[in-house]
Amino acid sequence: MIAAHNLKRMYRFDLMQRLVARLEHEEAVIGGIGNTNFDLWSAGHRPQNFYMLGSMGLAVPIALGVALAQPGRKVFAVEGDGSLLMQLGCLATVAMLAPKNLAILLMDNGMYQITGGQGTPATRADYAAIARGCGLAGAGWAADEADFERQIGHCLTADGPHFIAVKLDDQPPVSQTERDPPQIRDRFMRGMGAKRSKLPG
Amino acid sequence: MERAWHQIALDVLKANEVRLIPYVPDNVLKPLIAALHADPYFHAFTVAREEEAVGIVAGAWMAGTKGMVLMQTSGFATLANVLASLPCAFQIPVLLMVSERGTMGEFNQGQAAVWRTMRPTLEALAMEHHVITRQDECEFIMDRTIRQAHLTQLPAALILSPLLTGGKAVTRQVVA
Repeated sequence: MIAAHNLKRMYRFDLMQRLVARLEHEEAVIGGIGNTNFDLWSAGHRPQNFYMLGSMGLAVPIALGVALAQPGRKVFAVEGDGSLLMQLGCLATVAMLAPKNLAILLMDNGMYQITGGQGTPATRADYAAIARGCGLAGAGWAADEADFERQIGHCLTADGPHFIAVKLDDQPPVSQTERDPPQIRDRFMRGMGAKRSKLPG
Repeated sequence: MERAWHQIALDVLKANEVRLIPYVPDNVLKPLIAALHADPYFHAFTVAREEEAVGIVAGAWMAGTKGMVLMQTSGFATLANVLASLPCAFQIPVLLMVSERGTMGEFNQGQAAVWRTMRPTLEALAMEHHVITRQDECEFIMDRTIRQAHLTQLPAALILSPLLTGGKAVTRQVVA
């Protein structure tokens, strides 16, 4: 296991691009509130992407719901550190239910970047250790971009649940998601094959 | 023999294909929770917090599985932000079943205080909600509320009154 300190600080948009480039089987991706889903959006919209607008902390639970509904589809939750900190209990629920098709990517920049860059209270916390403590035995940090790619590959081929944490630099997001919640929901349901419509979309 | 409220609830959930049931436990809901666990049709499990359950049911609906969250009144009071920004904003039919504490014989002042926030919150969110007080109306209210939520893609809450369930009451103040 790699310790959280002295990890390479990576660029969120670059990691989102690397993730999206690896998705070849209509994997679902749930982007958490704010900059996390902004960079998922900026990496190129896919019908299997869901962009949260509000409900801070619920990217993992939403992804868990998708994973339970469709056990044959890989599902990624991409969540920020401040967001996960609000809903740490969900890691215990994921460990208890142990969905094989769920992967959690924790984007840790150590701050509430979208509200002005204030630091989170987790200055002495280790998110991978918290996840392991909740029962996600394989949880760990990605050391650098190559390690991130390797671990994403593992998520795509091996049974989960998986938990990968990455340390981020402080670069802002590239652009912002279009804020139209019913349209985001409609597109995502079509992407999941859960809705058919004659309306073009 | 007349069906108990929790048997009616189980039958209605099944008839409407509502099978994913995350919950935060409650004493009054105990017979329903036990029956859901005993029936392999349902996937019932505990979560750490009610907000989490709203996220799970929202995600499952978008991927084709229907669900409902079980909780008590004090749990509902933790939900205003996520209800506003997830099921209300995205038009997702997250169903809530709330066992009503804090009224008609409540012994805990905290429960009585938080009870007063439930209806104003549901009204402020413009969320469909119905209180079930009578066994003979239980099936109709549950079934129609669930159906309407699914057909209109909007969240809804079913409130189980102590008049229906018996509630959780003590008869006098206990002084040690």
